Amino acid sequence: MAQEPLIELEDVSFKYDRNWVVENVNMTINEGQFVGLVGPNGSGKSTLIKLMLGLEKPVRGHIRLFGKEVKKFNRWQEVGFVSQKANSFNSGFPATVYEVVRSGLVSRMNMFQLFNHNHKNKVLETLREVEMEEYARHSIGELSGGQQQRVFIARALVSDPSLIILDEPTVGVDSEHVTAFYDLLAKLNRERNLTLLMVSHDIGTITSHATHVACMNKTVHFHGSTEDYENMDDETLSLMYGHSLQQLTHNHEGSSL
Amino acid sequence: MIEAIVEYEFLQNAVITGLLIGLVAPLLGVFIVVRRLSLIADALSHITLTGIAASLLIEKRVSAVDDWNPMYMGMAFSVLGAVFIEKLRKVYKHYEELAIPIMLSGGIGLGVILISLADGFNTDLFSYLFGSVTAVSRGNMWTVAVITTLVVIIVLMFYKELFVLSFDEDHASIAGVNARFVHFLFIVMVALVIASAMQVVGILLVSALMTLPVASALRMSVSFRQTIGLSVLFGEISVVIGLISAYQLDVPPGGTIVMAAVVLLMISMLYKKFRSGLFEKGEKV
Ligand SMILES: Nc1ncnc2c1ncn2[C@@H]1O[C@H](COP(=O)(O)OP(=O)(O)OP(=O)(O)O)[C@@H](O)[C@H]1O
Ligand SMILES: [Mg+2]
Repeated sequence: MAQEPLIELEDVSFKYDRNWVVENVNMTINEGQFVGLVGPNGSGKSTLIKLMLGLEKPVRGHIRLFGKEVKKFNRWQEVGFVSQKANSFNSGFPATVYEVVRSGLVSRMNMFQLFNHNHKNKVLETLREVEMEEYARHSIGELSGGQQQRVFIARALVSDPSLIILDEPTVGVDSEHVTAFYDLLAKLNRERNLTLLMVSHDIGTITSHATHVACMNKTVHFHGSTEDYENMDDETLSLMYGHSLQQLTHNHEGSSL
Repeated sequence: MIEAIVEYEFLQNAVITGLLIGLVAPLLGVFIVVRRLSLIADALSHITLTGIAASLLIEKRVSAVDDWNPMYMGMAFSVLGAVFIEKLRKVYKHYEELAIPIMLSGGIGLGVILISLADGFNTDLFSYLFGSVTAVSRGNMWTVAVITTLVVIIVLMFYKELFVLSFDEDHASIAGVNARFVHFLFIVMVALVIASAMQVVGILLVSALMTLPVASALRMSVSFRQTIGLSVLFGEISVVIGLISAYQLDVPPGGTIVMAAVVLLMISMLYKKFRSGLFEKGEKV
């Protein structure tokens, strides 16, 4: 299968006020890959994702989505996003789970188009996939954090995107549903050739599901197949990374959760 | 009162305008409240006052201008104020709410000067501040009807964009929504509705009619659609009760409409208490 590059970063640097948070990042993510992005807290992972989505503009460098500069990119229906702070939304917001997931379809619709029956079926089907359909009529604010996160995952999936970017999507989700969620992603990745970029601190789960791993700390230190990542010796890891990640890898080795 | 409405045109004007405002003010109010923009409504209503003062002054000083309707000047100022607030919000990116006191105090300051120059501290002004059952003309009524129709159509057409923008701005941008355009359209609609509502509820109480019914609706609704429906219902009930009692008591309708909305709010709070009380009992059984 032809491997179209979906995300291309070229010498991308970014700073908030004075502090460089992202430095000279070069990375290409191809169609069909499932990339796990790992790195310690504050290493710039969320910032890098905001840059990819055009929510922040790079100070230097170029970012292309589906071969087009982010600024001029307009096929947003192809992109789904689950943000790290999904549950920092106004929790008193009066909307049902159904209404929130349906809003994920907006990118697929024309300006004056109204919601119809097909949209309704699509929303309910997606809610079933994340096992939230019984909550369709519940207010989003009255759900638990993990349930809310599953709703936001459904909102990202509902428009059938070909690329989904997820920033720690399973924070607060219980282990049973985390497993179900990874299985769902892996299935979509396999069957629909869905491309995935996911930030996670759970290196164990990433290495067992992702096809590729990228490690970053301001800049991307390693980007390669999961196999190569696992074969890397601890010394190389700590050399390029500092010991934060070391601890993470050891944690992962020590626990089966 | 029914006979009076049939008999007097001015009452018909006030009632119809009131019902239109009772629909459209809470409709926009829902988006204002969930986006935490309530103070913008206040700022815009004070700028509307400046426009009215300017109109009074021009009417007084320029002899060619006779019997000008101050509502239109109020609208113009309100819309310009909305545009200016957006500019200020961009300049003070990290202190967006600063735009509001700047506009609010600027509006009042200029307003007071203009009103004094026009010798305008009189009954007319009182009716702009607190509304009036007698001051709405046929022409005003039609203008408000046109604005109401436009706003309802635009809200329906941009419902999904307005929803996404209110719920999650980042997601709106990723969903390809032209956030700046939709927001601009929204703020202009707010400005127009504020100037329209001024005739009946008065400048000082317009924002209450936009926010109080929504506050009540939030207590009892689960979905966004329900919130809109209940807000409009509460807005209309407040307007009807308020207009009738204003007429009977011979007081400005702004006061009675807002007090009716306050009573509804209190009832809705009791309703919530009552319901959760029932729920607790049910659980024990
Ligand atoms: N809006 C902001 N303004 C200023 N600095 C910021 C902002 N957002 C993030 N930063 C800084 O940028 C750096 C990178 O933050 P970022 O959120 O990208 O890290 P991260 O890798 O996602 O961390 P985590 O694992 O905790 O989610 C941090 O030092 C943070 O303090
Ligand atoms: Mg982060």
